[in-house]
Amino acid sequence: MLGYILRRLLATLPVMLIVAVFVFLMLRMTPGDPAAIIAGDNANSEQVALIRNRLGLDEPILSQFFNILHGDFGESFFFKKTVTELIASRLEPTLALSVATLIIAVGIAVPLGVLAAYKQGTLIDKIVMGFSVLGFSVPVFVIGYSLIYLFAIKLNWLPVQGYQRIGDGFGGFLQRLILPAVTLSVIYIALIARITRTSVLDVMNEDYIRTARAKGQVEIKVLFKHALKNAAVPIVTVIGLGVALLIGGVVVTESVFTIPGLGRLTVDAVLARDYPTIQAVILLFSLVYVLINLAVDLVYTVFDPRIRY
Amino acid sequence: MSVEPALLAGETAAPPAKPRRRLARDGGIIFGATIILLMALMGITAPWLGTKNPSEINPAYRNRLPGIEQTVRNDDGTTRTFTYRMGTDSLGRDVYSRVIYGARISLFIGITVAFFSVAIGLFIGLIAGYMRWVDAIVMRLMDGLMAIPAILLAIALVSLFRTGLFSVIVAIIVPEVPRVVRLVRSIVLSVREEPYVEAAICAGTPTHLLLFRHVLPNTIPALIVQGTFIAASAILLEAILSFLGIGIPPETPTWGNIMAEGRGLFRIYPHNIFFPGICLALTVLAVNVLGDGLRDRLDPKLARRV
Repeated sequence: MLGYILRRLLATLPVMLIVAVFVFLMLRMTPGDPAAIIAGDNANSEQVALIRNRLGLDEPILSQFFNILHGDFGESFFFKKTVTELIASRLEPTLALSVATLIIAVGIAVPLGVLAAYKQGTLIDKIVMGFSVLGFSVPVFVIGYSLIYLFAIKLNWLPVQGYQRIGDGFGGFLQRLILPAVTLSVIYIALIARITRTSVLDVMNEDYIRTARAKGQVEIKVLFKHALKNAAVPIVTVIGLGVALLIGGVVVTESVFTIPGLGRLTVDAVLARDYPTIQAVILLFSLVYVLINLAVDLVYTVFDPRIRY
Repeated sequence: MSVEPALLAGETAAPPAKPRRRLARDGGIIFGATIILLMALMGITAPWLGTKNPSEINPAYRNRLPGIEQTVRNDDGTTRTFTYRMGTDSLGRDVYSRVIYGARISLFIGITVAFFSVAIGLFIGLIAGYMRWVDAIVMRLMDGLMAIPAILLAIALVSLFRTGLFSVIVAIIVPEVPRVVRLVRSIVLSVREEPYVEAAICAGTPTHLLLFRHVLPNTIPALIVQGTFIAASAILLEAILSFLGIGIPPETPTWGNIMAEGRGLFRIYPHNIFFPGICLALTVLAVNVLGDGLRDRLDPKLARRV
């Protein structure tokens, strides 16, 4: 097992290296000298050279690349901080939003999917599946604004936008987190409910389900213990792959709800053409995505002990 | 949202239990195609649908609610009333006209991105699937590209070029191509073991003809399905980019741009978000439903291949 984890971790290195090379080259191909942009129109060439030196842009291109591999992303062009500090300060909101979304999504989608499978072909099944297609199609920001309109403006139950750090009070933190998390979870619920339904349906005809029923097992236990546990592998896989959707959704949701997280930072960095920040954020998100899917592979053994590494 | 087509496809088609009636079976295809056709018709006939120039700024009529009327003086001195059916935005532009014209960009982007992603992915996938040494290099590159979440990759690519229709299209195509390559490659790998391919090789068919005549036709059903899902995700992605202010230049009427413009005053004038939002959601829904229908019809095994 440990050997497998190490081997898989090593196997992700080339992928991450390709991502790093790709992002690095992509952002270096752009026309225009960032130092000149930062210095402004009135700067003379010495000032520009000074800025170029401070940003490390006068170093050879290979050593610039190796700096990145060491995790040294340099200084943000726009925010006047090191990129590492910048990311650290934006981490909490994004992490809170993602975790809350995951909890809501899995908590709602899995029972919903099981229910749809159990009631296969009935109206309930059709409603769940219809919602699932709808969830894929309605853009995150339309969901977000509809929820704001209903719960914050018309009903006045929750704050409209903004974010409160956990340290400044848990109540306010939750109050401001709930709408964005629900917004973001819609597409995830659609995805997970669909795959849950399919994989539960796949196992419902197995012998052990019939056995469980024959021995008089309560139906709810048959569904959640015998069926769901055996159907878990594809569900967990999709939750892992869906992290790509989640990351994309974070960018949009944070913009809609003005949450100062990494997603908002990405958009601001693109608007300001702040290449060191763009580069670092993309590498970070990709690394998280790859590592989560590695973790998912390892979780398989929990659900299906037949899988051994 | 960029919905990964592979994920959508992850759900297997309904089991062919009993033969259903044609309408029930193809309901999704009919529903999806009808809405898409209506949207296309709306975009094409936009100038005749009671619209005015969607970029025309009217400072006297800013931020008006839907249904407001304005008396316009014609060239010959007579007057007529113009109704702002969906109100106006903060520059006094007619939201109704902008929404109608917006259908053009969305559908254009959906079709263009789907076509080019499939064409490029098909080309690379055929070669990768058939030539071992190309395969090793290309697939590592594709793995790298797929490790970057689609929206982030598109956002980063957009930051490279000047904003515009062309750069948005390129930025959406790049993340989609690896998924097509994977699909095509997996089909090629299974098809190349087929006896008729071996027979063609024995008969001395040159490689390009072999790929074109014997291998390529096998990929078409799966590609039609995949292309439909790509179109849906491209329409969404363009709206997201425009909404974030990094897509198509703001004066162009696109659904994303109308919503981006309406963000600031959303609390008072939600119509700027809701009308384009409904059109966008309806269009993407139609394309997704069409894709589901086509998959059940053409390629029930797609799920297992990806």
